[in-house]
Amino acid sequence: MSGRQYATFEVEDQLFGLDVAQVQEVLSFHEYTPVPLAPRAVGGLFNLRGQVIAAVDLRVQLGLPSRDLEGPAMNVIVRTDEESVSLLVDKIGEVIELDDDVFEPPPDTLTGPSRDLITGAFKLDGRLMLALDTVRAIDTASPHLIEERA
Amino acid sequence: MDELGDIVQEFLVESHENLDQLDRDLVALEQTPGSRALLSSIFRTIHTIKGTSGFLAFNRLERVTHVGESLLARLRDGAQVMTPEATNALLRMVDIVRTLLASIEANGADGGGDIESVIQHVQSCIENPVVSKATSKEAALPEPQTPAEKAAAAEATPQDTAAAEATPQETPPPGPTREEAGPAGKPVPAQQRPALATQPSPDQAKATEEETQPPATTEQAIMKQQATAGTPEQQPGAAKAGGDSAAEEAAALRASQEHHLEELFGITGGRRSVAESSIRVDVDLLDALMRQVGELVLTRNQLVRAITETADAGMTRTAQRLNLITSELQESVMKTRMQAIEHLWAKLPRVVRDLSAACGKRVRLAMEGRETELDRSLLEAVKDPLTHLVRNAVDHGIEDPDVRVAAGKPAEGVLTLRAYHEGGHVLVEVADNGAGIDPDAVAEAAITRGLITRDQAGHMDRREMLNLLFKPGFSTAKTVTKVSGRGVGMDVVKTNIERIGGAVDVESTVGVGTTWRLTIPLTLAIIQALTVECGNQRYVIPQVAVQELVFLDGQSGRVIENAMGAPVYRLRGNLLPLVRLDQTLGLPEAKTSDRDVYVAVLQAEGRRFGLVVDRVLNTEEVVVKPLTARFKDIGVYAGACILGDGRVALILDVTLLARRSHLAAGGGETAEAEAESAVQASASAVDRLLIAGVGGHRVAIPLDMVTRLEEFAVDKIERSGSREVVQYREQILPVVRLSHLLGSYGDLEQVDPVPVVVYTERGRSVALAVDNILDIVEEELGIRRDFGDDGLLGSAVIQQRVTELLDVRRAISAADPMFDTDESSYGPYDDFEQADGSERQKESAKVVMTK
Repeated sequence: MSGRQYATFEVEDQLFGLDVAQVQEVLSFHEYTPVPLAPRAVGGLFNLRGQVIAAVDLRVQLGLPSRDLEGPAMNVIVRTDEESVSLLVDKIGEVIELDDDVFEPPPDTLTGPSRDLITGAFKLDGRLMLALDTVRAIDTASPHLIEERA
Repeated sequence: MDELGDIVQEFLVESHENLDQLDRDLVALEQTPGSRALLSSIFRTIHTIKGTSGFLAFNRLERVTHVGESLLARLRDGAQVMTPEATNALLRMVDIVRTLLASIEANGADGGGDIESVIQHVQSCIENPVVSKATSKEAALPEPQTPAEKAAAAEATPQDTAAAEATPQETPPPGPTREEAGPAGKPVPAQQRPALATQPSPDQAKATEEETQPPATTEQAIMKQQATAGTPEQQPGAAKAGGDSAAEEAAALRASQEHHLEELFGITGGRRSVAESSIRVDVDLLDALMRQVGELVLTRNQLVRAITETADAGMTRTAQRLNLITSELQESVMKTRMQAIEHLWAKLPRVVRDLSAACGKRVRLAMEGRETELDRSLLEAVKDPLTHLVRNAVDHGIEDPDVRVAAGKPAEGVLTLRAYHEGGHVLVEVADNGAGIDPDAVAEAAITRGLITRDQAGHMDRREMLNLLFKPGFSTAKTVTKVSGRGVGMDVVKTNIERIGGAVDVESTVGVGTTWRLTIPLTLAIIQALTVECGNQRYVIPQVAVQELVFLDGQSGRVIENAMGAPVYRLRGNLLPLVRLDQTLGLPEAKTSDRDVYVAVLQAEGRRFGLVVDRVLNTEEVVVKPLTARFKDIGVYAGACILGDGRVALILDVTLLARRSHLAAGGGETAEAEAESAVQASASAVDRLLIAGVGGHRVAIPLDMVTRLEEFAVDKIERSGSREVVQYREQILPVVRLSHLLGSYGDLEQVDPVPVVVYTERGRSVALAVDNILDIVEEELGIRRDFGDDGLLGSAVIQQRVTELLDVRRAISAADPMFDTDESSYGPYDDFEQADGSERQKESAKVVMTK
């Protein structure tokens, strides 16, 4: 019966969610410093109130073509033990409270790079919200990405 | 429980600080054994620890400090004088206290450490058997106060009364006095004690005054007072003392009064006010503050820029104020992280004392500039290197007393620690007036250890020889001592100091002394950086690695050359391996043209290389932000930083950059080797060659003998006597046509312009005219035959073709017979590659005669 709060956002019209406790803040930003030779999923670095934050392109993590960083992009800042990292997403959604009984493990038909990042699906009214595994979502050194780069 | 934990934590922090002070005081005390100020300070420290440990039920700690306190009380009251043995005992006690504190910190209990032997040791230093008996009796009681202490507390009260009553008549002691005397006899928390002593200050002063004038009467009056004022429990002690000997008691009394006075005036004015005017702040909080201020500065910049555009006078004024205040705030916050180097030096008197005792040496430690401040994090990083240098100076630098006396020096050596600011750096020197270091001995030792060859040593100057001390695996110690001389050390010092962007060097004069100098940046977080642009992105290079900047303008053309695909640049005659930043970073659209690019000449790990970038922007101070593990594997970036406009830029790791470009793998020569090859150029086997076409032949010229390649229009070549000359950079340059020299007159067709090879040595230059430049090769000379032809050293097969090796010396002397002899007839020759290319073609009215 335990309800949990999720911060939601969209990538390619798909709704994703992260445990709200892991989300530091959400903001739009537009000046990213590219990091040559870094994994492709690293969109760049930016200055968040004096802290240098790495922006991870969630599109690349999900196996999609990388985002054009010329204009502003939405950042979901995720706090981990080591650092604060930004996930670049298309659109920010609401914070919603969900019960565990609408949760299901990821469908078997879900394959490809995104399979690793998703812990399961929440059945909302009319659409699905995929819950992301924070650690994997921000891991830019995971094997499938290296394969992709090669 | 939590509350108690906090108290213990506070106690630990405070005690550690106090112990550092104690170390310093004890060593200082040996110099001035009679100093009551020091004794009082030491006494108070121990007393505080004892009081608190009693309160927190750390019984072992309490016992140790208690016995120490007893000895100190006697010393302070003048009952016995300070001896080295007593100092040793007290230092041992300090050590055991440290051990116990560490144990408390680790597991919350004051276990571990052999306290009994220390207690024994300190006990044995307490001279007077009567008092020591009394002390041990006291020790058995749970009371945390020593007899002396108790007496002092008890006496303080009667004195007031005495003073108060000295003016009126003898009246019974007033109520409050008795009340005060009461609690003084019971265990009083340490913090309360000073308050007690402070309270009666005016009276006390008066009492002392009176006492000094007519001692006998006042004291007797006090004696009487004591007998009446003392509570029954206290009476036996006081009365007994009084009964034993009135004179002795009087002396002790005077001593304790002096002590109180010191506490009142000396200490109240210094120590306590410091405690009142400063508070402890968590460093994390300061770091956060620093970050926020940095952000504020950037926001201010943006705001000021926006306001300037609106051109509103009122707003502009406000913006200026904001500007000013922000700058001041930034400066103040930066200052909060600064600490005097004194904190670092505090431990050193003890180190020097113990060490000189262990080595049988006499060393005095002098400190200059102890108030010099630097960033906290740097202090931490400098600690070990500095301690090592100090140890080294005592162990190896300063001679044994008899050796010193024999050399006509005072038996006591002086070790000077000096700190001062210079050019945005803090310089810390460790100087001794000892034996000094013989550079030849260093070189010899380096040869023995196989660090350098005898040949290399021959080319070294004094300074280079001394710098061998910093090579790994070097130690000049004749005997390996407990202290140092195990072959590790100076290289670690160097590595540690360089890690924080500093430098270390050494100066030494045999017989006079040695000075080690650490150059430390003011703060670790901020570095001086060179901002460059490449592929429309800015990158930052730490300024320490940058040696010079060279702009390659498009006009002079083909300045970046290729040696078998490896880009090189001739920097004043020496080939500088180049690294293209755009290629290294794998940037798209790498610049194909090498026109209008900059070469930043960088040095890393003793290797020099040039980094080719699009533009050099400026130098600025940047705040270094470490990169997370995510970027560590890339191996090109040392960190990130935030530039003045708020954007993030990557800091290039010069060492890793050099490695990544395969320089470290042997592709590039080390800077030393390069310098050496220049010296031995003509003698050594040539393997880097310039191939030129001369009258249908291929002629090879060692690249070391090529300073520059030029082209001269035929009509610019003039005649001077029987020779051909050309005006070049406001000089007259003798030209020799190699085709003439080598006797190949076959092809007389003139090429225009004429390609020439310019060679410059000691400010004199000659030009060797060739038909065309074919290639630059880096090759082992394969098949080689010496035909002894005029002007040629022989022939070799290079690139599958027979190539003649030019005897450059001979060719040069053909062009300018005076080249090797006369040096003075030429003015200094400005050989700077950065010079504007157009200057070379400039006609000069000035005529310089070559002969």
